[in-house]
Amino acid sequence: MKKSLFLSVAAIVGFTAGVAAAGTLDDTIARGHVKCGVSTGSPGFSGVDDSGKNVGFDVDYCRALAAAIFNDPMAVKFTPLSSSVRFTALASGEVDILARNTTWTYSRDTDLKQTFLGVTYYDGQGFMAKTSLGVSSTLELDGATICIQVGTTTELNLADYFKANGMTYEPLPTSDNAESKQQYLAGACDAYTTDASALHGTRINMENPDDHIVLPEIVSKEPLGPLVRHGDDQWADVGRWVLNALVIAEEKGITSANIDSFADSKDAEIHRLLGTGDDDMMAMMGMPKDGMYNAIKHVGNYGEIFERNLGATSGINIERGVNNSWTNGGILYSPPFR
Amino acid sequence: MSSVKAPVEKFRLGMLLGDTRYRSTTVQVIAFIIFVAVVFWLVDNTVKNLALLGKDVDFSYLWMRAGYDINQRLIPYTNDSTHGRAALVGILNTLLVAFIGCIVATILGVFVGILRLSKNWIVAKLMSVYIEGFRNIPILLWIVMIFALLTEFTPAPKAFKGADPEASMIFFQSTAITNRGAYFPSPIWGEGSMYLLIIFAVSLAAIFFFRRYAKKLQEETGKNLPKFWISLAIFFVPTTLFYFLLGSPITLEYPYLKGFNFKDGLYVRNSFIALTLALSLYTSAFIGEIVRSGILAISKGQTEAASSLGLRPGRIMNLIILPQALRVIVPPMISNYLNLTKNSSLAIAVGYMDVRGTLGGITLNQTGRELESMLLLMGFYLCVSLIVSAIINYFNRSFQIKGM
Ligand SMILES: N[C@@H](CCC(=O)N[C@@H](CS)C(=O)NCC(=O)O)C(=O)O
Repeated sequence: MKKSLFLSVAAIVGFTAGVAAAGTLDDTIARGHVKCGVSTGSPGFSGVDDSGKNVGFDVDYCRALAAAIFNDPMAVKFTPLSSSVRFTALASGEVDILARNTTWTYSRDTDLKQTFLGVTYYDGQGFMAKTSLGVSSTLELDGATICIQVGTTTELNLADYFKANGMTYEPLPTSDNAESKQQYLAGACDAYTTDASALHGTRINMENPDDHIVLPEIVSKEPLGPLVRHGDDQWADVGRWVLNALVIAEEKGITSANIDSFADSKDAEIHRLLGTGDDDMMAMMGMPKDGMYNAIKHVGNYGEIFERNLGATSGINIERGVNNSWTNGGILYSPPFR
Repeated sequence: MSSVKAPVEKFRLGMLLGDTRYRSTTVQVIAFIIFVAVVFWLVDNTVKNLALLGKDVDFSYLWMRAGYDINQRLIPYTNDSTHGRAALVGILNTLLVAFIGCIVATILGVFVGILRLSKNWIVAKLMSVYIEGFRNIPILLWIVMIFALLTEFTPAPKAFKGADPEASMIFFQSTAITNRGAYFPSPIWGEGSMYLLIIFAVSLAAIFFFRRYAKKLQEETGKNLPKFWISLAIFFVPTTLFYFLLGSPITLEYPYLKGFNFKDGLYVRNSFIALTLALSLYTSAFIGEIVRSGILAISKGQTEAASSLGLRPGRIMNLIILPQALRVIVPPMISNYLNLTKNSSLAIAVGYMDVRGTLGGITLNQTGRELESMLLLMGFYLCVSLIVSAIINYFNRSFQIKGM
């Protein structure tokens, strides 16, 4: 179910008065669920399992948010959005938060009036080609036809990269991952380019993953993270600090399984975070005192979410790499919860 | 002579609704006021909502660098060009599909419409199947299906490689059909090709005047010249003659495989073929029905009268039935042409970069200017629709019975 762009624009034009402004948290509480925009399908990030439940790395972030607000990770309404309608859907109030492998860029932040809440995954753009094509580097792709999704940073990086290297290409634009994959498999394009994480997930789910290689070059920085509309700082704070809480939890070794054992911890920050001390820190942003406790309890810390959706247990087998806590050699680093 | 003085009626407010002389004006004025109020409300609400989002209405993005590439370009464009130019590239792509689609749909539709009336049972039934099949399945499915057929069942350019390739070019090695599109030889306009074009244009004009002359001759003397053969001769002979006299100024450039794709030649992408073909087939089913109903509207007596004069069926159709049927056929054609044009905005389903794909797709998304882009898009489709209707209405006038 894709949202029609026209309807979203119509929503801006007149049928909903005052979508933005403050009060998204209050509206969400009154409604009883979080309105979260995810991708239409990107293995590991957003998808639907056999029982019809939304699963994935991006999905779990929204579940954590819902758990923090409602103590119920299922209190989310997911809206699958293609790359080209996502911002319109957010601006029009169709969704209140986007967790949809979206790259944090300057113009999206300023000109498109979005507020990015942080980075959930440090990514970069890669290329995938069939092994039978016999290329081992992106620099051998001069003159190739390349599948891309419209409305992404991918298509802009692609143009920049080929120009910088004095190469030409023929773009084959598609509107979602499924279509790109189909075109790529049919041989209508020589290579498929998107965020490397999505490429790995897509490749693993192919019939014969060994027939395809992800080329070694990473041609861009793609810090992916959740975002909200400009204009509601309270809502942005809630989203930002739920993400930070998941990162801090991993740093402190708090997991969904052992969280209750921290009740008499000597670490004051843990008590501030979980709401097990005297201070009600969460009241500062209008949230329940045990909000972060519930988020971690139900969904797990950042590392658990990563492992479940992208790590070895998921079958996608992406290394933590830079997406590891700074205490483990990565660059995930949350400001203190104080 | 005594004149009867009409009683001077005093105007009362109630008459605005009660009196038929005023009622329609009153209703129109009220409707107009409501319309203006709704428009005002919408504009006001939009501005307020945009302000809440921290956005304004600003078209200056059209002059900013686009940054993305477009595969099919009828005018020069690179990723350094502006969003405005990207929109123009899209507009031309839309017009190309619409133009070719309308021509193909008309030709197919006329054939289908006439054949559906054929006395041959099988032909008539086949045409019924054609019409019902295309009319009753959503156009989007046709577009996607034709595209899928084109990409799945044709060889990749790679298959043309090697000493013993799996696939080979057709038509004397001039044309390659691949899963990315078809590559045809393209003309190279050498020195002197200008003269050749002028001669060809003069031949076309000559055909036109010859036909007028032949018609006049027939009306005045009853003499019937072999119009078709003479036209054909004027069409080919001078141009061919001068082609060799000028030393073959126009040569062909053949596509050849280089690297991942074919180079040179005329590249017609599968997205274009699929979209144009699907739109034409779909629309031709509707046109076929219009043509059929137009023909059926002409009374049978005319056919019988014509055949009793000894005219052959082909001539009856061309000289008696079709000219009259056109009067019924042309007006509803407008809406079919417009539908085809508007349906072409489904192009993104196969990655064809029409104006919905550039301005209303990538540009809209990269700049976040939803409202502005949508307004421009709506303006564009509105303009095209008005222009197409104006042109057809102009033609239509010349088909109608004069003086009526
Ligand atoms: N990170 C890039 C690309 C995001 C993107 O669209 N990624 C694809 C990669 S698979 C995706 O999520 N597709 C899923 C879908 O089509 O809904 C951006 O923010 O523009």
